[in-house]
Amino acid sequence: MTQDITLPTRKDEAWRYSDTDALAGMDLGTFDDWRDIDVAAGETYRDFLTIGDSEAVELRRIRVKVGENARCELFGVITGGQLGRIEIVVMLAKGAHFEMGGVTLGGRDTTREFVTRVVHEEPEATSNQTVRSVHWGQGTGNFLGRIDVVRDAQKTDAAQSFKGLLLEKGASVNSVPQLEIYADDVKCAHGATVGQLDETARFYMAARGLPPELSRKLLVQAFLGDAFVSLDDEEERERLMGIALAKLDAHL
Amino acid sequence: MLKIENLSATIADKQILNGLTLEVAAGEIHAIMGPNGAGKSTLSYVLGGRPGYEVTGGSVEFMGKDLLDMEPHERAAAGLFLGFQYPVEIPGVSNVQFLREALNAQRTARGEDPLSGGEFLKLAKEKAALLGMDMEMLKRNVNVGFSGGEKKRAEMVQMGILGPQFAVLDETDSGLDIDALRVVGDGINAIMRDPARGVLLITHYQRLLDTVKPDKVSILAAGRIVQTGGADLAMRLEAEGYDAVMAAA
Repeated sequence: MTQDITLPTRKDEAWRYSDTDALAGMDLGTFDDWRDIDVAAGETYRDFLTIGDSEAVELRRIRVKVGENARCELFGVITGGQLGRIEIVVMLAKGAHFEMGGVTLGGRDTTREFVTRVVHEEPEATSNQTVRSVHWGQGTGNFLGRIDVVRDAQKTDAAQSFKGLLLEKGASVNSVPQLEIYADDVKCAHGATVGQLDETARFYMAARGLPPELSRKLLVQAFLGDAFVSLDDEEERERLMGIALAKLDAHL
Repeated sequence: MLKIENLSATIADKQILNGLTLEVAAGEIHAIMGPNGAGKSTLSYVLGGRPGYEVTGGSVEFMGKDLLDMEPHERAAAGLFLGFQYPVEIPGVSNVQFLREALNAQRTARGEDPLSGGEFLKLAKEKAALLGMDMEMLKRNVNVGFSGGEKKRAEMVQMGILGPQFAVLDETDSGLDIDALRVVGDGINAIMRDPARGVLLITHYQRLLDTVKPDKVSILAAGRIVQTGGADLAMRLEAEGYDAVMAAA
């Protein structure tokens, strides 16, 4: 069985804020190229996804089935690609948990985005997604997160948090939470904020001797930190933060 | 040490400082008192270089250098410490990380070697103990969840760690109870009472001056210094009020 594949356009909900112009001429097969992962009942799976050092279109697609009382943790850092996009689809069985932390950084006219769909297929599953985006120039950061709670998936507990930090005028971020809930005893929370660096904090830090580039770095680090709080591995946490901060350094 | 001459400054085109002249010598603790709206906080922010505070005239010489020509972080590295009336919360950044980065940035700017993690912690522990602050509090995020009194105490711990030549302390006594006031006052004495250091102590009340004995007291009103005297001037202000003292001058 084959399905006709065409290049996505901005009319597709999941590509609404994307840089679809950058897709021109791409191999259509790319758009059906999924990495499938099965996490067996009771197991824990953890993976890291990074997109860096690229001027091209970079797409990563991952589809995870999380078995009963199993746990899947994905942490992503997108600092590269004219369009850098990580798509994640997760199917949660009874009592399963999905944890995601993602950060995007970028300037010029790049677009970096996380697009997720988390399906609570059975009762008592939980999910938690945290995305932090830092952009400058004409850069764009997006988080499109869809949560489906099927009928009878009672006691679902799903949460999404997005925060954007714009370092320069001209940069933008978009957050689209999409909740499709067909069960009645569920908790679904989502929050989104956009802001800029706290100038009062920057003056306070300068008054203690920190030059502007260093206070900016500390504040960005603190801002991004939320995305890796749930990563229980200090070495990996530092590695991911290092990738993100190196991107910021390169911009300064 | 600090020589302010005929300083004028505006915020959003509103004249706040109006030809202010003041000199503080090394070894001197100089208290500035004055009614609300006199320009006390503006003076401290102008000395610190806060964006939005525009100097429209006059000069400030700090240890032989033109202070107004320096960026805020350069002023700190040159030895100026600004104690905030409302210390700022910085979520996600611990006191230890913040102060170590700040101290080492200052040291690097002065051509000194940065302190190692161990050396810094030893220094931090010593200064925190001086102010009766638990090391655990220094591991928490900068001022986040601190009470008003704890914030002021933390400011003094920061001052102890950074070891400035000169401190401008803006209402460091506000929000403190009597016991905390004594702890903070003793801290200022221990850190800054030194023939080579100076303090500009901005305060509303006489009480802090019972612990931190000022060498001089000046009254700031309508953007300029209108009267300077010894410690007794503060007591007269407390007893008689600003209007009476200024009218008698």
